[in-house]
Amino acid sequence: MRRLLITLLVFIAFGVAGFFVLTDPRVVSPGPEVGTLPAPDLENGKLLFAAGGCASCHATPGQDDKSRLGGGLVLESPFGKFHVPNISPHTRDGIGNWGTADFIQAMTAGVSPSGQHYYPAFPYTSYRQMPAKAVADLLAYIRTLPSVEGKAPAHELGFPFNIRRLVGGWKLLFFDGAPFKADPSKSEEWNRGAYLVNGPGHCAECHSSRNRLGAIVQATRFAGGPDPEGKGWVQNITQAEDGLGKWSKAEIAELLETGFTPSFDNVGGSMAAVVRNMAQLSDADRLAMAEYLKSLPAVQGPARPPKPAG
Amino acid sequence: MLRSAFVALGLAVGISAVLAQANPISERRDAMKAVGAATREGAAMAKGEAPFDAAKAQAVFKVYGDAAKKMPGLYPDSAKTGGETTAAPKIWEDQAGFKAAFAKFEADAAKGAAVTDLAGFRTAFGDATKNCGTCHETYRIKK
Repeated sequence: MRRLLITLLVFIAFGVAGFFVLTDPRVVSPGPEVGTLPAPDLENGKLLFAAGGCASCHATPGQDDKSRLGGGLVLESPFGKFHVPNISPHTRDGIGNWGTADFIQAMTAGVSPSGQHYYPAFPYTSYRQMPAKAVADLLAYIRTLPSVEGKAPAHELGFPFNIRRLVGGWKLLFFDGAPFKADPSKSEEWNRGAYLVNGPGHCAECHSSRNRLGAIVQATRFAGGPDPEGKGWVQNITQAEDGLGKWSKAEIAELLETGFTPSFDNVGGSMAAVVRNMAQLSDADRLAMAEYLKSLPAVQGPARPPKPAG
Repeated sequence: MLRSAFVALGLAVGISAVLAQANPISERRDAMKAVGAATREGAAMAKGEAPFDAAKAQAVFKVYGDAAKKMPGLYPDSAKTGGETTAAPKIWEDQAGFKAAFAKFEADAAKGAAVTDLAGFRTAFGDATKNCGTCHETYRIKK
């Protein structure tokens, strides 16, 4: 009986130790090695800032200047409320004190400068596809924006989601930290589109359904589902019949620029903000995204709630 | 023959008007569909896919203006949900903002009411259609 108890205690001790080692941010998601980078390209940083939709979440709500990244927007989720942080260049309240390596670690590994996990409400799960040089360009651009005072409140998450360390376990299960790799068998345009859609554009973060732990269900990636932000339904953007199967490449590029669908409906909700961002890209980039989307095999997403007649 | 056809047509129009009256959700959907159809015509002209026609161009803004006047009244408390509506709850939480958005759309549409050349049309059309996205962002859910 005593031996059993001791064995049990030893097992628990090993378990706890294992949990701590495995969920250590530096173990589960080490930041990439960053060598010397060339001087940042501000134009590229600006483009990535638009493609990444940074302002859509981080701009201070209730004012029109999208370059004021004071945070404070509340993201509702099944796990609780996320308060979007300040990423303006303010040295105390924003990211003004961060080094380039800090920012790259945050964007590609989801780890803060103080070594804590970020919740994947911040889509580093997609941004990790961006090469270090691109992330450095983005930081250089953010540093040119106004410094905004004020910190957002702490996230309000239910137990056990309020334990940040658990994100380490989540990363073990669901996080792939690999950067984007071009497919040499595909065209340059397709690869550009694949990078923009999967990396900075993080389209799949909304256009996929998620499992109960909040991870994208890869089998139905891009196939739409209930709107994670609340009411409504997110469109299937694979080549399924009720997805983009009937859309031409030009029609997809048109939607990304103006918000108009082929039937001249105009998209609503947060997609309107996405369109505002994507409108700042070049025609070539929007067409590249369309080229990539046209190559996605048709996948049926979760069933929509039944439509009443009319 | 012709006369009875007209009578039938008149009746059909009357009946659908009555039906629409009874259902603000389908009425507002029809109004927005008319806006979409006008935008299709306008976009073709703006992009040079169709020849510029001043009368057609002005008609686009007439549709916009009419819809902008009519729409705010089609959201009674009784029509918050149902019929596949994509109206966001925000409409009823922020009636002032919602009405202001349509007032702006109406004003932008009025600026195009007398366009006579393609360049002027493009500017007015661009300004007016910006309202689609800004209003939908706040007052419409994804579908």
